Amino acid sequence: MSAYKIIEHEYDVLVVGAGGAGLRAAVGLSESGLNTACISKVFPTRSHTSAAQGGISAALGNAGEDDWRWHMYDTVKGSDWLGDQDSIEYLCKEAPKAVIELEHYGVPFSRTDDGKIYQRAFGGMTKDYGNSPVQRTCAAADRTGHAILHTLYGQALKHNTKFFVEYFALDLIMKNGQCKGVIAWNLNDGTIHRFRSHITIIATGGYGKVYYSATAAHTCTGDGNGMVLRAGLPLQDMEFVQFHPTGLYGIGCLISEAVRGEGGYLLNSNGERFMEKYAPSAKDLASRDVVSRSIAIEINEGRGIGKLKDHVHLHISHIDKKIIEARLPGISESVETFVGRDVTKEPIPVVPTVHYNMGGIPTNYKAEVLTVNGKDKTIPGLMAIGEAACVSVHGANRLGSNSLIDLVVFGRSAAKRAIELIKPNTPHEKVNQKETDKCLDRFDRLRNGKGNNQTSELRLAMQKTMQSKCAVFRTEKTLKEGVDEIKKPFEGMESISVKDKSLIFNTDLMETLEFDNLIRQAITTMESAYSRKESRGAHAREDFPKRDDDNFMKHTLSWHNGKEVKIDYRPVTLSTMSNDVQTFPPKERVY
Amino acid sequence: MVQFNLPKNSKILKGKYFKDKTGSKNIKKINIYRWDPDKNENPKIDTFEVDLAKCGNKVLDILNKIKNEIDPSLTYRRSCAHGVCGSCAMNVDGVNTLSCMKSHKDINGDINIYPLPHLKVVKDLVADLSTLYRQYESIEPWLKNKEKKSNITEINQSKENRKKLDGLYECIMCACCSTSCPSYWWNGEKYLGPAVLLQAYRWIIDSRDEEKKERLKIVADKLKLYRCHTIMNCTNSCPKGLNPAKAISSIKKMLATN
Repeated sequence: MSAYKIIEHEYDVLVVGAGGAGLRAAVGLSESGLNTACISKVFPTRSHTSAAQGGISAALGNAGEDDWRWHMYDTVKGSDWLGDQDSIEYLCKEAPKAVIELEHYGVPFSRTDDGKIYQRAFGGMTKDYGNSPVQRTCAAADRTGHAILHTLYGQALKHNTKFFVEYFALDLIMKNGQCKGVIAWNLNDGTIHRFRSHITIIATGGYGKVYYSATAAHTCTGDGNGMVLRAGLPLQDMEFVQFHPTGLYGIGCLISEAVRGEGGYLLNSNGERFMEKYAPSAKDLASRDVVSRSIAIEINEGRGIGKLKDHVHLHISHIDKKIIEARLPGISESVETFVGRDVTKEPIPVVPTVHYNMGGIPTNYKAEVLTVNGKDKTIPGLMAIGEAACVSVHGANRLGSNSLIDLVVFGRSAAKRAIELIKPNTPHEKVNQKETDKCLDRFDRLRNGKGNNQTSELRLAMQKTMQSKCAVFRTEKTLKEGVDEIKKPFEGMESISVKDKSLIFNTDLMETLEFDNLIRQAITTMESAYSRKESRGAHAREDFPKRDDDNFMKHTLSWHNGKEVKIDYRPVTLSTMSNDVQTFPPKERVY
Repeated sequence: MVQFNLPKNSKILKGKYFKDKTGSKNIKKINIYRWDPDKNENPKIDTFEVDLAKCGNKVLDILNKIKNEIDPSLTYRRSCAHGVCGSCAMNVDGVNTLSCMKSHKDINGDINIYPLPHLKVVKDLVADLSTLYRQYESIEPWLKNKEKKSNITEINQSKENRKKLDGLYECIMCACCSTSCPSYWWNGEKYLGPAVLLQAYRWIIDSRDEEKKERLKIVADKLKLYRCHTIMNCTNSCPKGLNPAKAISSIKKMLATN
């Protein structure tokens, strides 16, 4: 495909994505002196980390005694024993350092009376191995993600990370099973760029937009996951999709768990605090999968609110106005803007809404990407972090505020590992033109699509299928139908129509490329869900209501070769990283 | 003899008319600025008849509906759709705002949508913000300490000092304020503008920062700062309800009293 002129770049490390994880990695890499580039399809502060509200977990103990081992226990239990305990140990042990680092970077955390970082209660976060709630979630009001993202961007500027903004990554450059860089398209002038790098770090976030209703941004299309699948590598645990219990009804906008952390509670149409029934001890602060399922049951059994009885109410009007103003100002604004209600007087209409992907690119705790070939094997030159990755610290269900800490701990870890691996002044290997041609063939084919199917129609079909066949509760029947139905929008791409043929800021083509990424992830999600015949964390099978550790305490791997999905499994790591803590053996999960 | 010409592309022509095909009785006319860099043509205003009976409440919902159902080539930035990312800033009904937060029910008659004013247009509603981003870098938006702090303890900050950051740190850099400021229109290359000055003040006033004086020195310049003539368009247009004009006057006051 010589029609496209290619602009060449060479960097020690290339970070794809400029959200919390990508920026934290870029800061560490640039600070160490490695020649670092960061490409992003949006200006860094537009990344979806900005939408994270409630906070970032770390056992700082600013509001009563805390211990990273308790945090680890909560995370293992939250993961329904699908999380890898070595990685979870690393996450929780490093968390306090990573948060203090953020504070030193300038994050405007809210403060306690004695001037320390303010910490609030969050779902599933407990003291003394599940005994009582603990305040572990560090917060900047209800705009924690925004505050962290802007601060990290400033740090990256301080350390002279080279940014390529509004560059859309098309594909990985692979050579003999190693990653050598990325091909990208500059939206602003339409040029094609080949970035060669010793290490490529994928930090492209989640793929919430495979669903019709999600708290995810339009840009959450999992582009890195799509690139990994096209490179012939697997994704892991894709069936685990988190439904946030409190998405704003009819809008999808996130209503932070902080609302319940600050004392808010859920009511059904009978005015009952129904969470007392499902989680007698943690109540409204049980973990997200539990609360979402409880709401779904209330609605299914006819106790939903509204004309269609299809949502429930979240109340905070009993909380002191001053506290709402100080700690939940963003929520108050969103509810006012999108449903015209005053939260100090009226309840918030909420419904479980797709929010987070526990699954993604399999990695170890050093952020190195894994595949299996008999046993685990790393892919040289390729790392993944953040929501795009599956380390796996969240297992089958992520606890609220464990996502932001995942970003910074593993962003930092990726930078450390890259610094160990790259010898200064290593020359770049030559890469074959073939990989670039293959990538640009796809680009060109989609760009010149003159078929009958509009991207927006195929996307809608995919989203509706995911929403109806792969929701909070799943059965053999819905999943089997889903597996068949989800193939259709993928096949529809053979006759795709792209109206805008230009190269400059062609969002018609960009949405098509994003759809190409999304649909592959939708297919692997559906097939992975169909194959897991048990209930664990966010994957709730009505026909297999129990967790089945004998057969399914293992990670699902799924490959997509452009036609078929291949499913395989790899074991969960139960052993810890050090002797500082003992393995938490599987037990029944009760809140 | 002196000859005066209008700048290239300043004349906007009438564009295409997309008639409603749904037969809906709840039609709104949406006039949208279009310009394609690949065609050597003047910008045009296209008019779309949109069925509001099947459309979300916000202006962004209208744009998405047009892109999905009528004209996929319509170009605009959008991401979070909840007013936190700042991508979809544009001029709606004569006012700079986030299209995802602006309700179309508040607008009587046709809806006119233009890119943010006085910026180079990349395509349709996408404007070039690179100058503003460079200016943001110039105020060095990171915490500065004279010596490295211990990595096991936080830098304490009292509640009162933290409160000084409220109304500042929330800025999402959508650029609605700067591009509504006549001073920024005339001197956008040199005057930092309200968005960047608000960010500058956010670091000047942070009790943890130890280079307040140097920071003030960076902005104390007749063009960078004093091109603000308290016109207040910035504060009027901020979709997040912030007050950049107040931040600027606070900087001026600090310089005057220091």
